[in-house]
Amino acid sequence: MSHSPTASVSIAQHEVHHESPTPIGFWIYLMSDCIIFGALFATYAVLGGGFAGGPGPKDLFEPGFVAIETALLLFSSITFGLAMLQADKGKRDGTMMWLVITGILGAGFIAMEIYEFHHLIHIGAGPDRSAFLSSFFALVGTHGLHVTGGIIWLVTLLSQIKIHGLTGANMRRLGALSMFWHFLDLIWIGVFSFVYLVRLV
Amino acid sequence: MSADTHNSHDSHSGGHGTMGQLMVGFALAALLTLIPFYLVMAEVEMSRQTLVAIIMGLGAVQIIVHLVFFLHLNTKSEGGSTFMAAILAVIILVIVLAGSLWVMHNMNENMMPMHDMEQQLEQMRSLQSQQG
Repeated sequence: MSHSPTASVSIAQHEVHHESPTPIGFWIYLMSDCIIFGALFATYAVLGGGFAGGPGPKDLFEPGFVAIETALLLFSSITFGLAMLQADKGKRDGTMMWLVITGILGAGFIAMEIYEFHHLIHIGAGPDRSAFLSSFFALVGTHGLHVTGGIIWLVTLLSQIKIHGLTGANMRRLGALSMFWHFLDLIWIGVFSFVYLVRLV
Repeated sequence: MSADTHNSHDSHSGGHGTMGQLMVGFALAALLTLIPFYLVMAEVEMSRQTLVAIIMGLGAVQIIVHLVFFLHLNTKSEGGSTFMAAILAVIILVIVLAGSLWVMHNMNENMMPMHDMEQQLEQMRSLQSQQG
């Protein structure tokens, strides 16, 4: 054979030292995304009081509605965690089942957000009404776009897992999407606390 | 799964945690979500400032819970690079948030309020008309 035993040992060691760069690379992407959200939170903090004679948070926000949105996202985070645990055990069907449930919960969240935005625009409280509403739509809308992107990624990955199984590449993708999904739930904590609840007390 | 496989798994980067971690994280996150919603929806009698401080404080704690239990942030994975990237992000976030609020607050303080500006414009117009 062309490979000597010592060469294969050194290759094995080499691979141990250079694991996939995807997790750290994706983490750095998430941190930069976090700064984008930070800028949008800062915008909301600065402009949140500019009502221009229009409706304010107490006229527009329903804490019960936001509580259901929050519950959907938190439960979807847990179901994604359960999918990851199934994937670690190599159980493809279990992984796919929890991923489908995660996707449904995420879609429920997006449906509620679209309803809320449509309702606000319909009653004349769209992003063009006041600085407060511009910054509200920019921040919550950006988060919603991320969740929508996450759902598209989830559906794509589901078909990949269905066709190819839990291969190394799919596990790496699943790990990255897991981080993305938990990260979006983390951003939502800031949204429900700072955008909604604080403005209702 | 035996304890050994858990340990060998945890020693690799990007561990996906255990059922125990997930459930502890879920319980803490649910509790830290329910309290602020209860405070607002039950209209608990407290000063506005106290309520705002409690809601923001619990939010900050829940973000840490998510980082530790769901995103498995620790000081060891990837030789500490993950943690350092997170620290850098936090520093930039503090600068962006505190800086924006400080600068904009300062500007609002030093800008002439619209009400006063209109009064002054009125005075200037009446002076001009007297001279004219």
